[in-house]
Amino acid sequence: MSVLIQEADFDLAAELLALRAGNSRVGAMVSFVGLVRDFSHDETIESIYLEYYPSMTEKALNKIIDEATARWNLINVRVIHRIGQLIASDQIVLVATTALHRGEAFAGCEFIIDYLKTAAPFWKKEQTKVGSEWLETRASDVKRMEHWHNDTTGK
Amino acid sequence: MKIKLVYFGRPREHLKVSSEAVDVPAEASTLEALLAWLRLRGDVWAQELADSRVRCAINQEFASLPTAIKDNDEVAIFSPISGG
Repeated sequence: MSVLIQEADFDLAAELLALRAGNSRVGAMVSFVGLVRDFSHDETIESIYLEYYPSMTEKALNKIIDEATARWNLINVRVIHRIGQLIASDQIVLVATTALHRGEAFAGCEFIIDYLKTAAPFWKKEQTKVGSEWLETRASDVKRMEHWHNDTTGK
Repeated sequence: MKIKLVYFGRPREHLKVSSEAVDVPAEASTLEALLAWLRLRGDVWAQELADSRVRCAINQEFASLPTAIKDNDEVAIFSPISGG
């Protein structure tokens, strides 16, 4: 289980290889990669800027991982979130899980990214030709997170 | 009461401050009262720190506006989060 917050890009293949290394019980591996889109509200985004709260952000992400591993039998979890200046098509976030079977790997991965969106302190600013704007928590992301409260699948 | 304030997101940018040590009066004993006290600085402070525009954390845990603050707390003030 590990969390990394960094400016640098990440190599998906290398991360997945490392995540399952040395454990032949792993039967399923799921990864989610979030990317920078180049449009929002009909405006072309030139770049985005991300900042975080050192120590609180890592703590919040570890808590989300703890909740996921309490709920599903996950063998390993890796979360990488980038910060700083990013442009369209850049990778922003990686959530990867390994488990004995795909059901747990899928559910754990989805749970972690859904909670990350609404409970991990990151702030995103979009830069367009007309100016810049700090984004707010999206109602649709809150809804996705809340559906887990009523979902009792797990161990 | 001496506390450390840290700012992130929109308020950090618009208030042009990322952290400060402040000595708050005894009556500013909750997050709500602290924000009201900071708004007395006027102008951009009054606009940026409206209760509806900011979220807070105390000692790296999210906290709601009625939460009490104590000496030496680290209080974070930020715009709604948007990661991923």
